[in-house]
Order: sequence, then C-alpha cells, then structure tokens
Amino acid sequence: MPPPNERDPLLEISGLRTHFSTREGTVKAVDGASLTVPRATTVCVVGESGCGKSVTARSVLGLIDHPGKIVAGEIRWHRTDREPLDLAALSPTGPELRSIRGREIAMVFQEPMASLSPMYTVGDQLMEAIRLHKEVTKDEARSMALDLLRRVGIPRPEQRFGAYSFQLSGGMCQRIMIAIALACDPALLIADEPTTALDVTTQARIIDLLRDIQAETGMSMLFITHDLGVVAEIADEVVVMYLGTVVERGGVDEIFHDAKHPYTKALLGSIPRMGAGTRQRLTTIRGNVPHPSDRPSGCPFHPRCGDAVPGLCDVEEPPEVVFGPARSARCVLHAMERSVR
Amino acid sequence: MTNATRSERTGKQSAPQWRLVWWKFRQHRLAMAGALVTLLIYLVALFAEFLAPVSTGTFDPEYTYAPPQRLHLVDTSDGWDLGLHVYGYEQHRDPDSLEPSYTVDESRTIEIGLFVKGEEYDLFGLIPWDRHLIGPKTAGDPFYLLGADRNGRDLLSRIIHGTRVSMTIGLVGVTFSFFLGVVLGGISGYIGGRADLVIQRLVEFFMSIPSIPLWLGLAAALPQTWGPVQRYFAITVILAMIGWTDLARVVRGRFLSLRGEDFVTSAHLDGCTRPRVIFGHMLPSFTSHLIASVTLSIPAMILAETALSFLGLGLQAPVVSWGVLLQEAQNVRVLATAPWLMLPGLAVIVAVLSLNFAGDGLRDAADPYKK
Amino acid sequence: MLTFIGRRVLYMIPTLFAISVVAFAIIQAPPGDYLSTLVAKLQAEGEQVSRDELQALEARYGLDEPFHGQYWKWISGIMFRADFGQSFQWNRPVTDLIAEALPLTIVLSVTTLLVTWLIAFPIGLYSAVRQYSVADYVATTVGFLGLAIPNFMIALGLMYFMHSAFGMSVTGLFSPEYRDAPWNLGKLLDLAGHLWVPVLILGTAGTAGLIRVLRANLLDELKKPYVVAARARGMGERRLVVKYPVRVAMNPFISTVGWVLPALISGEVIVASILSLPTTGPLLLNALRSQDMYLAGSIILIVSVLTVIGTLLSDVLLAWLDPRVRLGYR
Repeated sequence: MPPPNERDPLLEISGLRTHFSTREGTVKAVDGASLTVPRATTVCVVGESGCGKSVTARSVLGLIDHPGKIVAGEIRWHRTDREPLDLAALSPTGPELRSIRGREIAMVFQEPMASLSPMYTVGDQLMEAIRLHKEVTKDEARSMALDLLRRVGIPRPEQRFGAYSFQLSGGMCQRIMIAIALACDPALLIADEPTTALDVTTQARIIDLLRDIQAETGMSMLFITHDLGVVAEIADEVVVMYLGTVVERGGVDEIFHDAKHPYTKALLGSIPRMGAGTRQRLTTIRGNVPHPSDRPSGCPFHPRCGDAVPGLCDVEEPPEVVFGPARSARCVLHAMERSVR
Repeated sequence: MTNATRSERTGKQSAPQWRLVWWKFRQHRLAMAGALVTLLIYLVALFAEFLAPVSTGTFDPEYTYAPPQRLHLVDTSDGWDLGLHVYGYEQHRDPDSLEPSYTVDESRTIEIGLFVKGEEYDLFGLIPWDRHLIGPKTAGDPFYLLGADRNGRDLLSRIIHGTRVSMTIGLVGVTFSFFLGVVLGGISGYIGGRADLVIQRLVEFFMSIPSIPLWLGLAAALPQTWGPVQRYFAITVILAMIGWTDLARVVRGRFLSLRGEDFVTSAHLDGCTRPRVIFGHMLPSFTSHLIASVTLSIPAMILAETALSFLGLGLQAPVVSWGVLLQEAQNVRVLATAPWLMLPGLAVIVAVLSLNFAGDGLRDAADPYKK
Repeated sequence: MLTFIGRRVLYMIPTLFAISVVAFAIIQAPPGDYLSTLVAKLQAEGEQVSRDELQALEARYGLDEPFHGQYWKWISGIMFRADFGQSFQWNRPVTDLIAEALPLTIVLSVTTLLVTWLIAFPIGLYSAVRQYSVADYVATTVGFLGLAIPNFMIALGLMYFMHSAFGMSVTGLFSPEYRDAPWNLGKLLDLAGHLWVPVLILGTAGTAGLIRVLRANLLDELKKPYVVAARARGMGERRLVVKYPVRVAMNPFISTVGWVLPALISGEVIVASILSLPTTGPLLLNALRSQDMYLAGSIILIVSVLTVIGTLLSDVLLAWLDPRVRLGYR
C-alpha cells in the first residue's frame, strides 16, 4: 500500500491544546497534540485513560463540555474542491460547525445505550439524523432508515425501528448509533471507544462491521481506543498519546514491530501474546498516569520511563524526531541517536 | 475501612469522616450562616425567661395595641445624656369606636437598662432569679419594643417565649419521626420482600393524602379536657405520624444500596450478628445523610405546628407558640390597627430559612468525596 | 397501556379503603357519640326529641352496632346512595353542603396547578440552561424564599398590603352582587377577577419547589451522553434542548402532581379561611371547631380521594409520556 499520508490528508490536527479551567487550576487535557488522518484510512489513537484521546476526538467537532476550551492549535478539515477549513476556529454553537457535524464528520460514542434517548424510538432518532441534513419526506427518510438498519446488520429492521433503546442490547444500540452516523455518508467517522462497554464477542462483531463499512464506503476513520488488540485488528496507522501529547506515530506494523518510544514499548510489553509460552512475563508500567493538572516537567513520561536520562528528560521537552512520512516519535533517545549518526 | 480506601483514592489522606464533612460544610457560607442562626434561636429558647423583659401573661389594659417603641441611645431633651431609653405613649380614644390610638410622648422618658431587676422566674425551672437582659429600670413602665397585642401584652416577650415551644416541637416531633423512620425504613430496606411492600404502601398512603386536613381531623379529635403538656405531646405525635415518611424513604434507599457493598458482606462473613451489622456498620456509614435529612425535616414540623395552632386546632393559649401568637393576626381589621402582630411570622420564616440552609449545606457536605 | 392503568387502579383500592377507615375513625373519635351531641344540641335549642325519632336516628347510623357494622352502614350509604350523613351544625345533608363548596375547591386547585406549571416551567428551563446567570441566581433565591414562607403568611401580608396601600379587600371569590346569583358570564368573570389572589398565594410554594426540581433534573439531563450524541449529529442547540432533555425533565413535573396536589389541598384550608373563600377548607375548619364530625370526616374523605385520583391521573399521563414507565422498565 503506498503511503497516501502527506499527499492526501483529510483531517490535520496540529498543536491542539484543549484546556479545562477548574477551581483547582487549569487541567491541560490536550497539550500540543498533532496528528493527520489521510483519506480512506483508519487511524487509531491509543493511550491509557486520561491521556487526552477522547478530548482530542471531541475537540474536532467542538463537543467539549464546559469548562473545557480549545485554547490553541488548528484542526484543518480538507473538503473536496474547497479550501481547507479550520474547525478549531469555528464557534462550537455556530451554524458552520453544526452543518459539518453528522454530515461530513460523524461520531460514535462509548456508551451506546446512554447515547440514545429513552424517550423516542430508535427509528425516530435515526430519521431525525437523516432529515437534519437531507431534504427528504418522512416516507423517504423511513425507507432510508430501514436501509441503514439493514446495512449495519440489524435483523428484522421493521420491528427494531419502533423499539426503544432500553429494549435493545448494547451491541444492538451500537449498531443503531453506527447507522445514525452513516446516515449522511460522512467522509470521516470518529469512533470514541465504541466497543469498550460491550462484551468481547459483541466487540469483535462491531469491529468487523466498522471495518467492512470503512472498506465499502472509502471513508476515513479516527478510532479512539485503549485496547491494542483492537488496534491490531482495524488500524492502518497508529497514534500513541500520553498526557495530552502524541508521543509516537506510524503505520500499524511499524508500531507493533518496531516501536521507537519507550512508552509504546512498555504498552506493547504489557499485553499477553499467543505462543509466547508459559514463561512469558508481562511487564507493567510502573506508577500511575499523573493527573493532567500536575504534569511532570520535561518529557511527561520520564518519571515512569526505564530509559530516562537524568538531567535531560526531566528538564527538556523532547523534540519530535521524524523517521519518515507519518512516522515520528518524541524522545531524546532517538534525537541523540540521530545526532550520533 | 471504607474511609481508608476512599481517601486513598481521592488523595485526602486519612482524615476521619466527620472532619471531612466539617471541612466541606465550612466552605458553604450560607449553610454556616444558617447553622449559626439556628444555634442562636435555640439559645433564645433556652434562656427565654432571662431574655424576655416580662413573662407571657403580663398584661396592661392601658396599652392595648400599643405600637412598637423606638429604642434611643442619646437623650437630647435637656442637654446631652447618654443612656438607653424609650418614650412614653399618649393615648387617644376614638369617640365612636373607642379604639385607642397612640402618639409618642417625648416628654416622658422611660429609662431602659441591661440586666435589670424584674419579674421573678426560675431559670431552667431550677434557679430562682429576677434579672432580665433588657427592661425598664422602673418595673411596670410601658416597654413595648415590638408593640403590644389586644390585651396590652408585650409581643417581644411573647415571641421569645414562643421560640421555646415552636422550636422544641420541631425537635421532639423529629425525634419521634426519626425513630419511626429509621425503624420502618430500615426494615423495609434491609429485610425487603413482603415487609418492604407493606411499608412502601403505607408510605405512599401517608404521602398521598393532604396532610393539613388529616392533622386537623386528628387534632380536633383530641379530648378538650387535656392539659397543655398532654396536648403538646399529642400534637407532636400527630405531626410525627405524618412526618416520618420522608426519613423512611431515605433510610430505605440507603440500606438498599448498602446491602450489596463489600464492607457489609465482609462484616457478615466475619460473623457479625445482624444488629451489629446494622448498627455497627451500616448506620454509621450514612449518619451524616441522616443528620441532613433530620435537619431538613425540622422546618416542616415547625411550619405544620404553626399552621395547626394558627387555625386554632393545635396548641392553645395559655401555651405560647409562634402559631398561637399568629392566631391574633387573622383578620384584616386587626392587621390594619396592629400590623406588628405579623412579626411572629417573621420569626417562623427566619427559623425555617436558616434550618433549610443548614440542612442543604449538610446534605452537600454529607458526601465529602463528591465534587 | 391498559394493563398499566388496570394495575394502578388496583393499587388504589387499598389506599382508598385506608382513607375511608381513617376518615371514619375521625368521625368516631370525639368523646360522646354523634347522637348524644345532636340530642344535646336540640335540647339546648328547646326542642324535645321523641323516643321514636331517637330510635330512627339510632337505626340510621347503626349506633347499636360494633365499629365495623357502623363503618359498613356509613360507607355503603356513601357508595350506593351518595349519603354522607347529616350535618347537625347546618341541619342539612352533608352531601348538599359539599356539593356547594367542592366545585370551587376543584376550580381553585386545578387553576393553581396549571398556573404553577406555567410559571415554573419557563423559569426552571431558563435557570438550568443558563446556569449561574443572574436570572438563575434570582430564581434560586426566590425559590428558597417561596419554600420557607408559609403561605398563610403570604396571605396575611398580601391582605394587609392591599388594604393599607389601596384600601382594597382581597377576600372572597365573588363580589356581593354575584354571591347568590345563578351562573352567567358576569359571575364567571367576577370569579376570575377574584381567583388570582388565592391562586397566587397557594401557587408560591409549589412553584418554588417545581423550579428547583426542574432545574436539578434538567442539569442532570443536559450532561447525559444522548445530548452530546444528538449534538454530534448536527442538531441545533434550541431544538436539541427542547426535544431531548426537556422531554425527560417533564417527568418530575407530572409525577410531582402526586405531592403538589396534596400540598395544594392542605394549603387551601388555611388560605381559604384567611381569605374567607366559600370552599371546602373553611367548611372543614368550622365543622371541626364545632365537632360537626360527619361533615368534617366527609370532607377529609372526599378531598383525600380526589387527591388520590389526581395522582392516578398523573401516573397515567406519565406512562403516556414516558415509554420506560409504560413498558415497565422502571
């Protein structure tokens, strides 16, 4: 597969900073994150909870809850035949962003049950998603909705159409959320941990569904997860985040087989592998993720890093070392390697 | 045990629960103010005889419906004299209706003193004393800071004495309903099953019928021959019979959610007896919630007593409560001549507001881990 | 839906039974039975009561029977013949007295309930959507005061204010010229002109309570994932708030009828006696003061039963509005 990366970007996030000002101080949930989603590609964002991956995803659509705010950075949205648009500069309540939400960029969330209102039937909410952006009659919307339900693999869609979210299983609800997201054929689907709340078999089916739909429609997908198994299943490219910054990015094989950043290596070391034998030891990352309000100085990972260089890692922000198109890591070790070479 | 695990999680190291509650409560300004005022009101109730210039029964037919006097500090009538004083009244009678009206008589100065000798009383019913915080230096001089009622009785003194009955009826009533609520709510939540079903129906029954008509009906059924003390307790019991439902619901909800908690299971597994689990482990874990609910149900009791007495079916003279005092202020003609008779209502509002603020603050503080 | 209503109606039966027992117990409670009170009163008025009359009365109320027998006589009279007994104070059938006062009580309560909703809804909505705005603080403060000030104090205050400032009387429901007139448009308008005072007074506490409930619920709902999800599909803010959280926050509005209605009826007793309204409240109070127990007990019974029915209606409305309740998922 040729790297489509730098040639044909769909979404470019650069230097994004999303901060929450609370009474206890400013929480820098995302602090200078940059990543690119090329066309027809699935990019997975991985990291432990609290690393800012969800906030990054929500920032794209301006869905940050009060008191959060995008304070710096650009989110460039490349539309076909039009000038790129900076989504970060748009008002979160304005009409421009609203016309992009659901139509060009759709989103699927972590809790499928709670993401559907219990007061309306799922069909009603699906039809609403269609009619928000398309000028169609109720009957047309209904038949489109039934098609969508069929497409996401819901058996007996006519019957499910009139059901309420609380009458359906979590997996079923997530399929409906996916159907809602697909309603206007978006160019980008943001999936924020869409399988975390589901059981393992359902998880696998939803992942398969998303992968099939991505292949079929050629849309791009920004997939947020903490599950490296899921990453291996679905990703073309991987972005690893730690404490609000991107520490490493690269193709899925490069990440799994040639990780550069100590944090990525540690993450990979913590998952069990088949066939590694009974003597395999799982490594844990020592300590906990610090609270974003007291970020360590220098490299945010240095207190937990086995290779940290005292006097350097705890003082200097590590530079981004670029290894190739869409391949980089933020670590002084590689910077030193470079300069030695 | 839960404390320890919880505080580790939140990073607040091992302060006992009550202290955490206190810290949280202290931050809540309105609640602190409410608690302070509540405390003051109860102090007034405790020292009523000392604080009130006269007793509840002292009257002077010369001064029916006398308006409130202004308290002056500086006397400029001849020269410049420092000393608390009020001016006397000049009374006029309407020749037709014989209704009195008053003007201030500046020629007559009534000296007011602090800690003056006055009527004798027994403080706390034990210590005989005759000092009053404030009063005329010559006993018997007209002294009506908040005006007088139709018998020329001092409203200020009566409000102060009424504080005792009004505020304690809340406390006593809440004690009864606390007992009922904890026992029935506890059974309902801890045992569950059929007992729960019956008790829940009972709660719904009490909540679904309009309370005042029921109170009135029950209060009217009390024998007329009963003395003030019997009546007082009967009224509190009636109030409590209807007031326990809220508490029962709180207790039941707590028990239901605690039943599945690990520390309760482990207490069972450690071989604790049932009462020990309930009283030693479960109840203490939501004491602060209970206190908050109790604080919030006192004002309801006070309001109910005031309403009953106001309608003439609660406490009756010579017992003095704010509601009994308000009985005087029932029609527009009396209000037009003596609007100050509505003042006991102000006392009710202040008491209810401060108890509400304190209770709300306590409820928020009861869960110090919640942000 | 039908099974739901059926189940609720079944639940109601024990409640109704309990209410009737309590009401009857109140009738029976005063020392001395009804008959001796009646005889005493008649004799005081200089009338002689013959032995035959006495026996007829005894048979009518079943006074020689045990408690449950008397109860049965009483309740069956009510259920099958709408016979609530005799008021000795008015010397008229209780049924007639109640028939005069009850419609006005119902008009007053229902109007107050509707006005309460009408005021509380926009304020609570605004208060939640613009949390921490000046208007939110004002609404919250007013809400606190409204809950703390007993409504009879509001009645007294308003009465005094209108009297001293405008020389106006705010008592009664009708002007003198309409008091005994038959119903016509003029009388209706006259009623409307008087009704606002008690409605306003009675509505304060309920309005304050509802604003608090609505605000708290709405604040909860506004943070729910389905609101974010709806926003993410490009829905406009205003439409979104109205379609989703408000729909859910409507629930407590309707379910609180269960406590607003009893509170209204309670408050009505006091406020109506202060304002001397021709409703059931003052009638009940007078009956209790003069130990006219059949009248008093009947009013307590009817008013409580109406409240229970009102609560039932609110439950049905809730089920109609909320599919979770209707389908038994909560």
